[in-house]
Amino acid sequence: MMSELVWIFFSAMVVNNFTLVLFLGLCAFMGVSSRVETALRMGAANIFVLVLTSISAWALNRFVLEAAPYLRIISFIIVIASLVQIVEMVIKKVSPTLFRQLGIYLPLITTNCAILGLAIFQTNRGYGFWEGLFFALGAGAGLTLALVLMASIRESTEFSDVPSIAKGTGLVLIIAGSLSLAFMGFAGLLSGGA
Amino acid sequence: MSDPATLHDTAHAVPPPPLTQDVSTVKLVFTLVFAGVIAGVLLVFAFHATLPAIEAHKAEVLRAAIGEVLKGPARYETLYVLPEGISATLPSGAREKDFEKVFYGFDAQDTPIGFALVAMGPGFQDQIKLIFGFDPRAGRLLGIKVLESKETPGLGDKIEKDASFRTQFEGIAAPLLGVKKGEKSAENEIEMITGATISSRAVVRNLNQAVTRLQPLLLAYLDAQAKVGTTQEESNPKATASTPNRVVPVDADLRSAAP
Amino acid sequence: MRKSTAQEDLLRGIWRENPVLVQVLGLCPTLAVTNTVENSLVMGIATFAVLLGSSFFVSLFKRFIPNEIRISVYILIIATFVTVAEMCLEALVPEVHKALGAFIALIVVNCIILGRQEAFAAKNTVWRSVLDAIGSGLGFILAMLMMGSLREVIGYGTFLGIPLFGDSYEPWVVMILPPGGFLTLGVILLTLGYVEERRRANRVSAMSAQERA
Repeated sequence: MMSELVWIFFSAMVVNNFTLVLFLGLCAFMGVSSRVETALRMGAANIFVLVLTSISAWALNRFVLEAAPYLRIISFIIVIASLVQIVEMVIKKVSPTLFRQLGIYLPLITTNCAILGLAIFQTNRGYGFWEGLFFALGAGAGLTLALVLMASIRESTEFSDVPSIAKGTGLVLIIAGSLSLAFMGFAGLLSGGA
Repeated sequence: MSDPATLHDTAHAVPPPPLTQDVSTVKLVFTLVFAGVIAGVLLVFAFHATLPAIEAHKAEVLRAAIGEVLKGPARYETLYVLPEGISATLPSGAREKDFEKVFYGFDAQDTPIGFALVAMGPGFQDQIKLIFGFDPRAGRLLGIKVLESKETPGLGDKIEKDASFRTQFEGIAAPLLGVKKGEKSAENEIEMITGATISSRAVVRNLNQAVTRLQPLLLAYLDAQAKVGTTQEESNPKATASTPNRVVPVDADLRSAAP
Repeated sequence: MRKSTAQEDLLRGIWRENPVLVQVLGLCPTLAVTNTVENSLVMGIATFAVLLGSSFFVSLFKRFIPNEIRISVYILIIATFVTVAEMCLEALVPEVHKALGAFIALIVVNCIILGRQEAFAAKNTVWRSVLDAIGSGLGFILAMLMMGSLREVIGYGTFLGIPLFGDSYEPWVVMILPPGGFLTLGVILLTLGYVEERRRANRVSAMSAQERA
């Protein structure tokens, strides 16, 4: 059991990294990965929402959706949207400083495909409560890792002399491609011994 | 590149004065409920319209997979792996999807061919899901088929596409042992695919694990079946007492066949 | 600013304001499922259908949707269409449905669809919204096909499963792996940027030539 949970965590974090291998959460990746600081905050907010989503998706699957599988997508997206709203309100109340720092990133998370993607993957693979939780933690850690790596590279390319056509998305995509190539190296890491 | 922040603003920012005097809460709730009801009706309709085709396809895929690994059985029974052992019936109140299933195949003369079992475990990139035919008495595999894998196209996906790799599993005795190509020296050895050693090894390991886990359960099920058969045929209560003796040689056979 | 005609509503999304290649929206499906032409095409058509259905209903009912809850209603409409699309795909093309996996459900969070509702369908007539949806949808299919053909032809040496180069071709496997997605789109965007810059430079030199004359 334990080794399986560890496998799920590392698989979601590096081998099948949500951003660089599964292409989930690219909007945030492209938009807010220009500073390491903001990348870290965005990552933290994502981990938080991912964990809550995983728990809610598990509860929905277990208690509600069995009777009505066709409501899956609708109920997931509604739950995610409401969760983000609630988290936003709670953080605003409890720690206004943190709220100011997270600012626009929180509501942005609703339309982040990584969150809905997590809920759907978890359902398709039939994960239980703990498996889902570790999956969410791994996915969150992976998102944060990708964001921070990307932000560090972008910070250091900020003042370099790139051709004018490559400024913007083109360059980001090529860098992401190289990072993704590097992450391919993690494949086989978790296939265990003979 | 449109900045996600602006995208969000246009997409989500509800105008600052949220409840203007001309929109009542009742109307908001009514609109949402109305939209929800329409969506629900549409979904239920689409669900029932597509369900037969989806179910038929799933059954067909399963039937084809079982047919492939058991070499065309005439019919098969679905059995459930319960905590107390393999059983043809579910305990009352249990849900079918909570239990692992095995499939017991018979040929046209109703002679048992073997079981189709599902094995799942980590591969090179992600989980590999296999179905394989297995004869628990002889301890031999009958054939394998990859159900799901995300192995590297062109290399690791040969476990699925390379027929010469797959046919090695037909009639081989478990536990399997992976060896390099051209180095096969013993009967239970499988030659790995060059360039896809990790994927091939993962297949062998997943199969071995599934065999170790399920073989005792399958044997126990077969013995129980034999016991029921004997009791019914001879309708002699003493026959049940003799069955444990009959179990031992089979078990011993198996151990010698699978070192 | 001149008023958009029906033709412009239709054509705008296909190339000049292409949702993927120009606005860089909806990257997740563009990169994730474009490893073969077939997957790209099915994904493109599914997204097209969802976009068309949502735009139609949103523009039809826009009078009755209070401003405060419009996003919720849009998402409800989109999610309904996505669920219907998913069930239809599973019933009609089960193999492709399996290959696309979770990404069909993720059409819900495709920024292109919600973006078109908010930016166009909520403010315009049914007819114009439908034209706009068809344009953007075709633009999306075009971008998907572009990615899918490049990746399949180079990565497998086939087009729609038909071998193109004979047995001696050694496929570039990296193109169908995740990095290939990023690199292909990156190269496409760089090429478009280069063409655009050349055109601008030509225009500038032509103008200065005129001035000199």
